[in-house]
Amino acid sequence: MMRRYTPKNDVQKKAYYNDRFWVAPQTPKGIVEEDEKFATDLERLKANFTVGDNYTELGFFVVNIDAKENFEVVKFCKEELGYRMLTEVSAIDYLADDGEFEVFYQMLNLKERKRIRIKCRVKEDQAIESVEPLFRSADWSEREMFDMYGVKINNHPYMKRILMPDDWQGYPLRKDYPLQGDEFAQWYEVDKIFGKEARDIIGPEIRDGAMIDRYDTERFARLGHEVPFGADISDGEPDTQIQYQEEGGVPLIGKMDPKKSKTIERR
Amino acid sequence: MQHTNKLSPFFENINFERDDNSMVVNFGPQHPSAHGQMRLILELEGEKVVKAVPDVGYLHRGMEKMGENMIYNEFLPTTDRMDYIAATANNYAFSAAVERLLGIEEKVPRRAKVIRTMLLELNRIISHLFWLATHALDVGAMSVFLYCFREREFAMDLMEDYCGSRLTHSAVRIGGVPLDLPAGWISDLSEYINKLEDNIDMYESLLTENRIWKMRLENVGMIDEEMALSWGCTGPTLRGAGVQYDIRKEEPYELYDELDFDIPVTDTGDSYGRYLLHLEEMRQSKRILTQLIQMYKHTDTQLMAHAPQYISAPKEQQMTQNYALMQHFVLVTQGMRPPVGEVYVPTESPKGELGFYINSKGEPYPYKLKVRAPSFYHTGLLQDVLVGVYLADVVTVVGNLNIVFGEIDR
Repeated sequence: MMRRYTPKNDVQKKAYYNDRFWVAPQTPKGIVEEDEKFATDLERLKANFTVGDNYTELGFFVVNIDAKENFEVVKFCKEELGYRMLTEVSAIDYLADDGEFEVFYQMLNLKERKRIRIKCRVKEDQAIESVEPLFRSADWSEREMFDMYGVKINNHPYMKRILMPDDWQGYPLRKDYPLQGDEFAQWYEVDKIFGKEARDIIGPEIRDGAMIDRYDTERFARLGHEVPFGADISDGEPDTQIQYQEEGGVPLIGKMDPKKSKTIERR
Repeated sequence: MQHTNKLSPFFENINFERDDNSMVVNFGPQHPSAHGQMRLILELEGEKVVKAVPDVGYLHRGMEKMGENMIYNEFLPTTDRMDYIAATANNYAFSAAVERLLGIEEKVPRRAKVIRTMLLELNRIISHLFWLATHALDVGAMSVFLYCFREREFAMDLMEDYCGSRLTHSAVRIGGVPLDLPAGWISDLSEYINKLEDNIDMYESLLTENRIWKMRLENVGMIDEEMALSWGCTGPTLRGAGVQYDIRKEEPYELYDELDFDIPVTDTGDSYGRYLLHLEEMRQSKRILTQLIQMYKHTDTQLMAHAPQYISAPKEQQMTQNYALMQHFVLVTQGMRPPVGEVYVPTESPKGELGFYINSKGEPYPYKLKVRAPSFYHTGLLQDVLVGVYLADVVTVVGNLNIVFGEIDR
């Protein structure tokens, strides 16, 4: 049997079973020109910029633009179309598909209660213009986008990692970054606390929170099988008798008498 | 950049020793008034803050990455850990996004909607009480803290009676709620909200006209409309700046379009105005809950949406019908496969606009999941709002913005 091909640039968890005849349904998409809320917005955007694929989807007006015009489009939406709040900026990783990120801006028009999602495609090493001069909120959301995806931003006032430590290597939300962290991540705390020279003594950090090692007697204990700390139990361990002390009562602690105890009905 | 093989103190090139009169102080990350793990680097000129740099990320757990590697139902309990003061608001925001993506919003039974809205509003009261308690404690009013926590405790008892947990509820599921209200819960709730009115009056009598409270809050942490919009502020912070925008009213979800309630708004823009807003919002939540108690009586017993492709059938059917059990098995082991597309549903959490952006490729795992957390932007706002504020007022401003680090760092 052939080994299953797993692409290294996309390590996201995949469904273990797929019906080969399954065709995924699509969310309903509307035509913007027929939408009374957004038709004029599209018209005015089309008059000023190169507008790509556009549709309405689940309450949003989605429009694709050229990444070079992102600042102008966001400015136009803010000043001319009345989208006065930038609620979200983030990226989607399509590096495995075509070496590009999809950056999207979600904006809110408070007066007319409508929302727009402006999308553009950027190459991995292509920088986009910061919209921070228009919206202060982009200060943090663009920093987060850089921190998580490594999308490069031009003219940002304080481009620095925001959630991860400054000296972190790699971009955690990219699809080629494993859930448990990469080979740098497992040494990060060790290097930071003990220094690189202590790597052999300390060993890599266990970053899989769900990992249980049956034979590790330093980090794990099993009830009923208590063994000395650090003992080697790979060849089996002696049975430990657990002795409950409750029979005669424990010094200082009286046995619970249900008759004497009181149940509070209401607080 | 620090050399990673050195064990030397590392302060991001901040020069703490200054030759002039200015001073740099480090506020947090373990400061009790930082409401979590926030570090603020404050540059002071005398006692005035001239520059503030919030440093976040100490609670970063990679929720979005986890979400991309979990099936939809698996991720739901994780959302509890974001805004852990108002877990139901997170659960609901996530469920609402997935439901809209699946197109089963209309299929959620009415009783489930009533229960969800009840839980959301009860959670709003819990969150606001917690906010008032800690905020008052920061400013120095210890007794208010104790009173608020007493009432919050009773509200959490109600939550516990419903879903078994006090903080991380997971009480809202995709497609409805898992359980009906237990016997006597409604009367407990109405008893609680009836007392709450008096309690809010008591907090007001302790604080509203209190000279010290007013001096500490009035004209402190001024946020005007321009700043609030520019920073993407939502919730009481936006309404405190004079913009009347509450998602419950403007983009209604669940039963909010049928309910009768008011949105308090003030244009003072200071901490005192926002304090009054929070108290008024609690009163409005009480009003909503009173109406919901009446609505509950006129609903039938169905609790989960009937959408066999996405939602497991009720337990009785699983136990009796082969196909329902098979479908349940598939949904638990493989997960539901929503349509291809993108969705974002804004909801009004106690702190502001909370929404989940989900990009689905038709797989059981979301291709991209992004959380729009209100506190994230409210913390960024500190950069601007703290300039010109006295050092003693920093805790007032930080406490007043109601930030919770679980949802900032995610």
